[in-house]
Amino acid sequence: MTYLAKPKLRHPTLTANKVGYTRRDYEGRISTLCAGCGHDSISAAIIQACWELDIEPHRVAKLSGIGCSSKTPDYFLGASHGFNTVHGRMPSVLTGANLANRDLLYLGVSGDGDSASIGLGQFANAMRRGVRMCYIVENNGVYGLTKGQFSATADRGSKSKKGVVNRDNPVDLVGLALQLGATYVARSFSGDKAQLVPLIKGAIDHGGAAFIDIISPCVTFNNHSGSTKSYDYVRQHNEAVSRIDFMPVHSEITVDYPAGEVTEVQQHDGSVLHLRKLREDYDPTDRYAALSYMNAHHARGEIVTGLLYLDQVAADLHQSLNTSDTPLFALQEADLCPGKKALDKVNASLR
Amino acid sequence: MNRIKSIEAVNDFVIKFANVNGSGSASANELFAKAILRMGVPVSPRNIFPSNIQGMPTWYEVRVSEKGYLGRRGGVDIMVAMNPQTWDADLAEIQPGGYLFYDSTRPIPESQFRKDIEVIGVPLTEISNAAYTDARQRQLFKNIIYVGALSVLLDLDAAVFEKLFAEQYRGKEVLLDSNVRALHMGRDFVKEHLQAPLGIRVQRADNVGDQIFVDGNSAAALGCLYGGATFAAWYPITPSSSLPEAFQKYCDKFRVEEGSGKNKFAIVQAEDELASIGMVVGAGWNGARAFTATSGPGISLMQEFIGLAYFAEIPVTIIDVQRGGPSTGMPTRTQQSDLLVCAYASHGDTKHVLLFPEDPHECFEFAAAALDLADHLQTPVFMMSDLDIGMNQRLCKPFEWDDERRYDRGKVMTAADLEAGKDFGRYKDVDGDGIPWRTLPGTHPTLGSYFTRGTTRDAYARYSERGPDYIYNMERLLKKFKTAADMVPQPIVNKAARATKLGVLYYGSTSPAMQEALDALTVQGANLDAMRVRAFPFSEAVRKFIEEHDKVFVVEQNRDAQMHALLVNELEIDPAQLIKILHYDGTPITERFISEGIKLHLEAADVQS
Repeated sequence: MTYLAKPKLRHPTLTANKVGYTRRDYEGRISTLCAGCGHDSISAAIIQACWELDIEPHRVAKLSGIGCSSKTPDYFLGASHGFNTVHGRMPSVLTGANLANRDLLYLGVSGDGDSASIGLGQFANAMRRGVRMCYIVENNGVYGLTKGQFSATADRGSKSKKGVVNRDNPVDLVGLALQLGATYVARSFSGDKAQLVPLIKGAIDHGGAAFIDIISPCVTFNNHSGSTKSYDYVRQHNEAVSRIDFMPVHSEITVDYPAGEVTEVQQHDGSVLHLRKLREDYDPTDRYAALSYMNAHHARGEIVTGLLYLDQVAADLHQSLNTSDTPLFALQEADLCPGKKALDKVNASLR
Repeated sequence: MNRIKSIEAVNDFVIKFANVNGSGSASANELFAKAILRMGVPVSPRNIFPSNIQGMPTWYEVRVSEKGYLGRRGGVDIMVAMNPQTWDADLAEIQPGGYLFYDSTRPIPESQFRKDIEVIGVPLTEISNAAYTDARQRQLFKNIIYVGALSVLLDLDAAVFEKLFAEQYRGKEVLLDSNVRALHMGRDFVKEHLQAPLGIRVQRADNVGDQIFVDGNSAAALGCLYGGATFAAWYPITPSSSLPEAFQKYCDKFRVEEGSGKNKFAIVQAEDELASIGMVVGAGWNGARAFTATSGPGISLMQEFIGLAYFAEIPVTIIDVQRGGPSTGMPTRTQQSDLLVCAYASHGDTKHVLLFPEDPHECFEFAAAALDLADHLQTPVFMMSDLDIGMNQRLCKPFEWDDERRYDRGKVMTAADLEAGKDFGRYKDVDGDGIPWRTLPGTHPTLGSYFTRGTTRDAYARYSERGPDYIYNMERLLKKFKTAADMVPQPIVNKAARATKLGVLYYGSTSPAMQEALDALTVQGANLDAMRVRAFPFSEAVRKFIEEHDKVFVVEQNRDAQMHALLVNELEIDPAQLIKILHYDGTPITERFISEGIKLHLEAADVQS
């Protein structure tokens, strides 16, 4: 059985957010992933982030490709429309959907096989175009549904559960996103909810292409010693550069931060990210410094997590294409059809 | 030199220009064709060009026909041989008694000519070099000089050219004057040194009427604009690239918001055809009218997404401007060889709606219709154009639009419908036509959301691997396909002058050559009823037409008789009843090919028509 309805019980103590929804309203169906799967923690973080952001669930469109991670949009935001597209091609579908209706928030969920192997081209081009979206890769370095083959993000030398050693170099999606012009780039770990929730909130609220690579251990096929994407390995090698807290527009700042440790970064719409830098030598507004910092640490076997890069004045594809403020899907005959008179003129010019 | 009688023909001949690609001949040749049109005589020009930017042979064949036959006839009456590379083959193509026009600047030995044609030499290079010093000007104006020379030989009015130049170079007086001067250099030489007009010539007539002269790709682009497309994604591929480019041009003209200056459209040149169809699927899912334009290899790449759109029931419009395949095949030559790959595109059991326009007028009409059909049927709809229609200017009926016309957006449930408690089963057949209702993302805070997927689901869009749920879905999709048969453009029948048990069935760009062939066959005593199929799935009228005839010729431009295959497969017709007439050398089919093919068969079978 791969489909289970979740009982809709409301606990009286559940608190409603500003738009009147409780956390349960952001849930989806019961997950059919393996118990302990990192992906379920990410779904929980997405639910938490959307609830905290006071987003009406139906204003989100959630899109995915194919794979374990791509199944997850069924497990959160049940009141949102979702689209489980084809393997590796979610970015193009999301791009088209976004251009058709600019008023929705777009959440793209993908995996390492989906985005780094079969869909690398679409991943790259969506980043290049600056499609406004929160693009999450649930990265476990392995193909789960087909029982444990390496994906393109598996580190060279890492061992599969069957003992096979990966001989190919890994694709680093964060590095690619930085090079290709993504304007919000982060890496996190599914087991680090405190870091993950604000990162997702910042990404959803970002005005351009936001990308989060989330290391998400596969408990069944990639959680053994010799894997570089297991819970133990990531916990031991996690090099967090920052902790952020997210403040939406107009919300009161209630948390007090010690001066000198916190940098305020404002996004396009006025929302504020409070960036608590853990490493003094780290500058999240310098794309190329971010790349070299990350690469240097990767060479030492460390996984750098946190908000790695942010362009505060990000532009998106709608700006590049100068599209109407009215979503394209909502335009009617009067807006779209020049009519008979204009056509007669066209005819006259063709004689 | 000529020992047989030269061809005599007024307003009925074929002239072919043999040029070198990139030499600037295209605009001179188009000017020549337009001048004849302006004299009230129908013409149909065809570019025959290589997959190359500069230096390879290219031809421009113009059919001049007062009767209005716009197909290729076959044979050449006058060859304008401007390319030494192809001299021998070009000469061989001229009909006995025909004419050869060439640049006589350099002497050519007599052995290089044919004795059964009339040869007209004009020292084009010499004239041009004497008048211009700049190499580029020498080349470009040489083209206008030959047009000038031909205008006298074929008795075309200088005033018509002057008017065309005046329209083209409005506000650019320097260019206007120099073009007029070059034209007259050619005219003056012929008047002084040669006998004119020739036995073939043009005479003013009044047979063009209000028809327009336009290429199918521009027409389809305009049809998409009128039909309400707001989104296009594409990847460059010959012969379709000029379609999205024309869409951009028309959008810039008609779709910019007053005041804000913002665009009521979005066009993305994608990274490949997989992405272009993916974007169109995404836009269709979100309720925008969206299309992509491509050719055969692009269709191959789109297969997986087409299957998803079919099964997830998402409106998608695909314009396939067909070229020769398989693989990259003949990228700059025409064919009708993508019928099967489109009709049954993708893995699993699939069937798709195809429309077959005959000319630019129908490209406009069917492009707009495809957007309506895609929304109504919630499925991919293909418009099957080809290079012959798409990239050649063709004389056709003017575009029409009824201002009362409303877009058919199909069955979309609104927030009010959901509030009113209407039962929403995304994949449920509530109306008996196989077409379910859909909701657009963002419609209602708590009602009507669903998860779209390519995997099996029940009528309420819930994941299911149960056999009965799968079968319900697949049967409903089949019912929807049957519904489509009555909604698509219906076939057009042209009855023979007297009752006959012979029929001919054709579609798309074969149309003009077929019309001429039917007349030619009638004159020769062969009567055939003709049906032009305009869409797939076939309506009952197609089955009836075949049943009412003993033999039906199926004329098409591919090797494997793909329409024939669809007829046999979908209508369970006895293949023995259908006779294949197949043309697939990459050039557009000709009247002579069709007439001779049918005649040969009739003679062999000794069939009385």
